[in-house]
Amino acid sequence: MSEIILKIDGKEVRAEEGMTVLEAARSAGIEIPTLCHHDKLEPFGACRLCIVEVQERGRKKLVVACVFLAADGLVVTTRSEKIDRIRKMIIELLLAHAPDSFKLRQLAEEYGADRNRFEKEASFCIHCGLCVRYCAEVKQKYAVGFIDRGIRKEISFIPEIAAKECPDCKECFPLCPTSYLQAAFVLTESLAFPSS
Amino acid sequence: MDKERVDQIIDRHQAEASSLIQVLLDIQSENNWLPKEALERVSQRLDVPLARIQHIATFYKAFSLVPKGRHGIHICMGTACHVRGATRILSKVRELTGINPGETDLDLKFSLETVNCLGCCALGPVVEIDGKTYGKMTTAETEEVLKSYE
Ligand code: SF4
Ligand code: FES
Repeated sequence: MSEIILKIDGKEVRAEEGMTVLEAARSAGIEIPTLCHHDKLEPFGACRLCIVEVQERGRKKLVVACVFLAADGLVVTTRSEKIDRIRKMIIELLLAHAPDSFKLRQLAEEYGADRNRFEKEASFCIHCGLCVRYCAEVKQKYAVGFIDRGIRKEISFIPEIAAKECPDCKECFPLCPTSYLQAAFVLTESLAFPSS
Repeated sequence: MDKERVDQIIDRHQAEASSLIQVLLDIQSENNWLPKEALERVSQRLDVPLARIQHIATFYKAFSLVPKGRHGIHICMGTACHVRGATRILSKVRELTGINPGETDLDLKFSLETVNCLGCCALGPVVEIDGKTYGKMTTAETEEVLKSYE
């Protein structure tokens, strides 16, 4: 592994090849907000909240820090008027789905996002995939997965596996930024294995 | 569909996880839908988690997780067919089969879907049944055609 040096918010940061911009920033104590990122899980890039601006060979572009790999000589800006505006919009859109999510409301406060900007479309789940990925990658139980696609995409427990594995685990519950996961689990439980 | 048949299909694809979609397509085309037992067998033999199979099976419109009729009726609702009276054809089919788009009758005879363009607008209104195209349909002809299916 060779060492690389990049610049994040004007600060010189030493990192290792293969690290993402997010990992490099965090190792230097620079905070980038995330929703779908988890240290134990593969990068997913679903929420786009960690968006930053990078400059490479004179060209600027917007990338998501949790997926984009750090490179030698890269110049990263983690906050600017433009980035804040994008994050504010992302938060407002997510709030339309999960208006009472504690995590989202905290972020809304920080970025001045208006919770009522978009008409409510409370689906609660924001498709961060933390539950699905944690169950698959860390626990390797595959008790919960995504179904359908586009605007109809949802998470869904496999009742037979959930009945066996979930009651003693539930490690994914605190990961969910919206509590929808708990609701989905309770619903599955009451429909498919109520007495256990 | 019995387990042996599902196994045969899986064997035909050497039980390779990378052939998952092919296996599902084969089961779908033979059985018209994907029963849960079949998916569980595929999951076991291909060593792919059921949750992942479920995601794929619900992602593509080619797959159905609920029973489908022996005959699939597709009524074109594209602009050309629409102005040439597709809605009249659709209500005739609904009346004759007793089902709405997306549904299957209890005898598993017909499944009904609306589609947005079959690519032969000059033939509108177009109805497609089991891959056979019927053009310039009238309500009377629709009735005739439906009667010819068992
Ligand atoms: S249920 Fe929660 S953790 Fe799972 S994908 Fe939806 S928002 Fe994320
Ligand atoms: S944390 Fe990077 S896209 Fe969600």
